[in-house]
Amino acid sequence: MSTEQEHQITTTRSTVVNDFSITVATVNGSGSQTSNLTIMRALFKMGIPVSGKNLFPSNIQGLPTWYTIRVSELGFLARRDGHEIIVALNPSTFSKDQYDVIPDGVLFYDDSIKQPITRNDIHLYPMPIKQIVRESGAPSNLHDYIANMVYVGVVAQLLNIELEKIYQALDFHFKGKQKAIDMNWGVVIIAAEWARTNLIKTDPYHIEPSNKTDGYILADGNTAAALGSLYGGLQFAAWYPITPATSLAETLSEYIPIFRKDPQTGKNTCVVVQAEDELAAVGMAVGAGWSGLRAMTSTSGPGLSLMVEYIGLAYYSEVPLVIWDVQRVGPSTGLPTRTSQGDLKLAYFMGHGDSNTVLLLPGSVTECFEFGWKAFDIADRLQGPVIVLSDLDFGMNQWMTKLFEYPNEPMDRGKILWEEDLEKINGVWGRYLDVDGDGITYRTVPGNKHPAAAYFSRGTGHDDYAKYSEDPDTWEKNMLRLKRKLNTIRTKLPKPEIYWTMGAEIGIIAYGSTDPAIQEAINLLDKQGVKINYLRLRSLPGTNEVQEFIQKNHQNFVVELNRDGQLCLILRSEFPVEAPKIKSLAHLDGLPLTAKWLIEAILAQEAIKYD
Amino acid sequence: MINQPVDSARTQVNMAGLSKNDYRGNQSSLCQGCGHNSISSQIISACYELSVLPEKIMKFSGIGCSSKSPFYFLNRSFGFNGLHGRMPSLATGALFGDTSLRGLGVSGDGDTASIGMGQFKHIVRRNVPLVYIVENNGVYGLTKGQFSATADEGLNLKKQGINPYLPIDIAWEALVGHATFVARSFAGDPKQVKELIKAAMSHHGIAVLDIISPCVTFNNEDTTTHSYAWGKEHEVALHDLAYVPPAEEIMVDYEDGTFKEVTMHDGSTIVLKKLDRDYDPTNRIEAFRILEEANRECCLVTGLIYINQDTPTLVDLYNLPDEPLNRLSEARIRPGRETIDRLNSLMF
Repeated sequence: MSTEQEHQITTTRSTVVNDFSITVATVNGSGSQTSNLTIMRALFKMGIPVSGKNLFPSNIQGLPTWYTIRVSELGFLARRDGHEIIVALNPSTFSKDQYDVIPDGVLFYDDSIKQPITRNDIHLYPMPIKQIVRESGAPSNLHDYIANMVYVGVVAQLLNIELEKIYQALDFHFKGKQKAIDMNWGVVIIAAEWARTNLIKTDPYHIEPSNKTDGYILADGNTAAALGSLYGGLQFAAWYPITPATSLAETLSEYIPIFRKDPQTGKNTCVVVQAEDELAAVGMAVGAGWSGLRAMTSTSGPGLSLMVEYIGLAYYSEVPLVIWDVQRVGPSTGLPTRTSQGDLKLAYFMGHGDSNTVLLLPGSVTECFEFGWKAFDIADRLQGPVIVLSDLDFGMNQWMTKLFEYPNEPMDRGKILWEEDLEKINGVWGRYLDVDGDGITYRTVPGNKHPAAAYFSRGTGHDDYAKYSEDPDTWEKNMLRLKRKLNTIRTKLPKPEIYWTMGAEIGIIAYGSTDPAIQEAINLLDKQGVKINYLRLRSLPGTNEVQEFIQKNHQNFVVELNRDGQLCLILRSEFPVEAPKIKSLAHLDGLPLTAKWLIEAILAQEAIKYD
Repeated sequence: MINQPVDSARTQVNMAGLSKNDYRGNQSSLCQGCGHNSISSQIISACYELSVLPEKIMKFSGIGCSSKSPFYFLNRSFGFNGLHGRMPSLATGALFGDTSLRGLGVSGDGDTASIGMGQFKHIVRRNVPLVYIVENNGVYGLTKGQFSATADEGLNLKKQGINPYLPIDIAWEALVGHATFVARSFAGDPKQVKELIKAAMSHHGIAVLDIISPCVTFNNEDTTTHSYAWGKEHEVALHDLAYVPPAEEIMVDYEDGTFKEVTMHDGSTIVLKKLDRDYDPTNRIEAFRILEEANRECCLVTGLIYINQDTPTLVDLYNLPDEPLNRLSEARIRPGRETIDRLNSLMF
């Protein structure tokens, strides 16, 4: 600690308010998540736009993990590369963490880490964590759990985070359990008091209250997806545990007792089954969809691979079904705790033979909620599988999110015939008979008591009346109808969001969680005189708007998180005439996109063009 | 979906007012003499005699010869021919659509004991209310005669040579997995098959029927345990079994101590007349013993091996409304508009 004074830099640049990141470096399983969420929530309650990203290992206990909170008065909430403030609690990453702090940045650290401080251009705040925990009077068996509250108090004191907001965050986290709240709060208070009397603030970083979070909540994408599904009338979900999708299904079970009690009987109107594997999870969902329930499963890449055959059957036998794929990095087991958009190709071309699915591509946590309910309307109308592609970044991180909005359309259950409908047509109908000419046929569901209601579903060749058929013409006709059906649905899918910039000739096309980094990059590039149009895709197959956008730009960059530029490949094949104008900018390292990476990538491309 | 031709002549009808034709399916495309056809006939007879409405049954199957058979019975029932080895998951999800319907699944030994072993064990473990018939012939028929997982060790098949592996015993696997109804039968004993199907249809939970169903084309040599001849010669029935529907008086003429009655959830009764031995199908340890003994003594023991009616079914665990889930209106499955503020307040 005596070295502290020598290292402390004396000159400080002008203060930086509400525009920096705080990264907490810790050991996985040490319980720091509660502390990190507490800081983030307190900042949010102070009205400051904030995001939190957990960079964690595939491990329960012991490996290093980093949690980065970004505060941005302007509302730029993507991941960024620079670390203004690091809270170093992990001895094994201490030298790296120290190295990562930007010049004039801040290092809070556990003073029991006896390792050399090599930086003399940063602000140092050692924290006597063990001592403060001891002084808190908490039972010694709980010391490890509450030690992380020390940095909450110290950081809050030094940055000027309102302690009252910290209390609100703890109250929320511990769901009002007073004992837990009091114990954690006690440590925060003592730590803040210790910091007030023992540390002199030398760094330039300050938090000031703002008003930019009105009308917003903090939520993660998996929670939003689960709640959206419950508002979509989900009746049956089957799932198998897999990172990062697990919490989606768990959240369903958590909220069914609150939101899905039948108003007439008080009984549950939604079933969740944890299956023995993804093969069974999707099989159950297909069965439920076939029997007239709003059915879904949620998984990630390896699980989706296992589901391919049943999704193919759902496509061909025309069963409504929603699949949430919370993407992680593949191939194979890949990086289970890192984010990716690498399942697009698999999801879109799902299955052997000619098959395809409808993809919904939420670009925010709000849209995870919206597509949560919308997916069922589309699936029922389509009578086929709808895959919603989320990712780990959405699914497991907290995002500042517009308040969830009640569905603005009544449910669309699609073309279903019940007893009275069959009465009217004297029971004369064909399950796969295209009477409306739109490729979408009528279906009945089990329990329909009309003697002509039943039919036999199968994955084998069948005719208009669901009878087995190997007839070449019948096969061809049916397959062409399935394609026609997709074209009918295409126009009913969520349209892309397009942002035109005056004078821009370059376009970015992207989807999903890359949106904040892209918005930020466009803003920064604009200041450098580089104008960019932006199309955020919200569904596939693509619509006319996508084609027109591509045509209007000289050059289109498809920005996505994978190696091969999967969306780029799909767009090139869907719009072959425009293909030469479509270029891939794929980001591969498993981390969320940063504006910096994108700006450099675009400027490099533009440089090539002007060479 | 297409009305069956209605018999012009006044035919015999059951208590539901339906003729046997109302329970039939399409013409079978399986081989002449296939055990599966015989089982299909008994399904038709059993359902007809039970007077159950065909619309109150859902049919399921996987892939293989056996799995084609649901097309050959109960045309007025909904059916879904799913994926190989994955009928159980399909049925599990589908049964929640309308839990007043009875599930009837048909699988084979390949579909259940090879590719489908995982799903088989788990549907059993969950006690899904499904009649699960395994048409067990020890051989892959549709791909022309490969060994299945239940094929006899040492079985010699034309293109395959000699089977080096020990067979899987489906009834044993069901019992290990806590099945609540386990029976074994033989397609060559149609009366027993029919009575067991009726009993199974009344069971509250999973009912596994492992029925030896000879493949006349690929595995019917007299020496194989899946042949007609072997079955005829080695069948040892545990009891003479009769199903008595609810509210019908038991009119059997057995002396006291020579029969057992098992009362089912729906009020029906299974009357088991004692044959050579005194067998109690509610005793799980006895059930294991009898299967092991049959295995050792090379006989085909048939009948109701085990029944337990005290375990809740999967559906029982969910506290669902009586009305079928698939008929609930939007107002009952979408939370009201007023809930959205509460929802948002539950977030931070």
